[in-house]
Amino acid sequence: MNAIEIKALGFSYGDVPVLHGVNLTVEQGESVCLLGRNGSGKSTLARLINGLLLPKEGEVRVFGMSSADKDSLFEIRKRAGMVFQNPDNQTVASIVEDDLAFGPENIGVPPEEIGERITEALAAVGMEAYRRSTPTRLSGGQKQRIAIAGELALRPDILILDESTSMLDPRGRKEVMNVITRLNREKNMTVINITHYMDEAVGCDRAVVLSGGTVVADGSPQEIFSMGARLEEYGLGLPKAAYIAQKLTENGLPLPKGIFTAETLGDKLCESFQKD
Amino acid sequence: MLKDVTFGSYYPARSFVHSMDPRFKILAVIAYIVFIFLAKTFYAFLPLLAFLAVAVAASRVPLKSVLRSIKGIIFLLVFMAVVHVFLGGNGDVVEISGVKLQFWIFSITYSGLIGALFLMCRLTMLVMGTCILTLTTAPMELTEGIERLLAPLKYVKFPVHELALIMSIALRFIPTLMEETDRIVNAQKSRGADFESGNLVKRVKAMVPVLIPLLVGAFRRAEELGDAMDSRCYSGAKGRTKYKKLRLTYRDAVGFIVISAVGAAVIVMYCMLPALL
Repeated sequence: MNAIEIKALGFSYGDVPVLHGVNLTVEQGESVCLLGRNGSGKSTLARLINGLLLPKEGEVRVFGMSSADKDSLFEIRKRAGMVFQNPDNQTVASIVEDDLAFGPENIGVPPEEIGERITEALAAVGMEAYRRSTPTRLSGGQKQRIAIAGELALRPDILILDESTSMLDPRGRKEVMNVITRLNREKNMTVINITHYMDEAVGCDRAVVLSGGTVVADGSPQEIFSMGARLEEYGLGLPKAAYIAQKLTENGLPLPKGIFTAETLGDKLCESFQKD
Repeated sequence: MLKDVTFGSYYPARSFVHSMDPRFKILAVIAYIVFIFLAKTFYAFLPLLAFLAVAVAASRVPLKSVLRSIKGIIFLLVFMAVVHVFLGGNGDVVEISGVKLQFWIFSITYSGLIGALFLMCRLTMLVMGTCILTLTTAPMELTEGIERLLAPLKYVKFPVHELALIMSIALRFIPTLMEETDRIVNAQKSRGADFESGNLVKRVKAMVPVLIPLLVGAFRRAEELGDAMDSRCYSGAKGRTKYKKLRLTYRDAVGFIVISAVGAAVIVMYCMLPALL
């Protein structure tokens, strides 16, 4: 069964159309990044997957359950956790432990098991030492990891990140991305990452580009970033390494195609100097 | 500047008082307040003061933090005392080298002076006592305690759980909103806003450009928090479990004995020694 199945999805806020004719299938364990300029409908799509918004046309199915079906909404939210942009606006409690307990309490997990789930969730985000801390005193990256742990305590299969790293400093961003990558690789978590950072997109299995309220490109990040002029049309840039490689090639230092990360850029540069 | 608001802020530590059941602590503070008002003489304050001293010692909260709580109400204390000095007394008017301190309806009497002192002591003890509660009880525990204590009201359809959740979220957001206020104030200052000079009216007016963005921001936060709660499967009190169970321990028994002893002492003095002073 597919983790997420979206068919002919359409959505509008009042008279303002946001999404139309969106088709998207995501398998369990995939890591997908959603790219697109502001207003392209990325966040709306995320909210539709999680059941925070309901489709006006078409349907969204999460593990076969339709979000239009009121009875399965609870189950959908349990299995598709969502982490938002502002780390300050996601915690309900003044102590980390109590905050993580919020989700399991909501779905009626017995108290003894909640303790286990908290321990497990904190370990997954590497924040075991902060169980009794106050979220407001943590750094942005730590707060966001706690927000992720808050979702993990519900033991979801899908984690949706709605620009969750956009308010963080580079270090915090790295912390969060490391956690996400690990969850995806080791726990087979399906990850939907909505982001403006092209460097984050490179690490995903798949990149989906939204423009004008519909999916305009879908492929591996390498394919997407090799689209050339179309990238600009969709409001996207190149990952830093790819941009540098491109500029170098244009200015007389030919480098092979397919450089997207700093590591490969470094390797290829060294190689090209050794040749000389 | 806004960060040192002590009232309602928790002092994390592991101590005898910290580990007491919040339900018991709330009830004990209520009892303590009642005893303060039953104490009619300065002598009756002694057991209450002793109680305060024991509570502070057993809570491992530095005395400084407890005393800081009074700083916030010092204006109120002085104001009430002054009013009491001038209007509250009857009987002999204070004479200083033959001059009676009396003017129109205002007069300074001995009983007024004593009454004012008495009032100040009472209020100080009251605030210190409640502060020990908030210093030693995490906001979540506090709301938890209130929720449990109010639980019987559920049967008359009173939204106990919702109320407790609202309270704990409000407490959780106090530091966040303080930080935001600081940020807005600085932003307005950097654009030439003046908060320090001018009369009271002018200064209050200067706060408007701070309060409006703060309010708008709070609504935005509320909406985002609502989404975050939704996606964590919140759907009201129905079908919810509680992670933390409140348990009465021997500590609460000890506390009960102490507060009962204090109460007994105060009540005995109330009944037997009405005219000690």
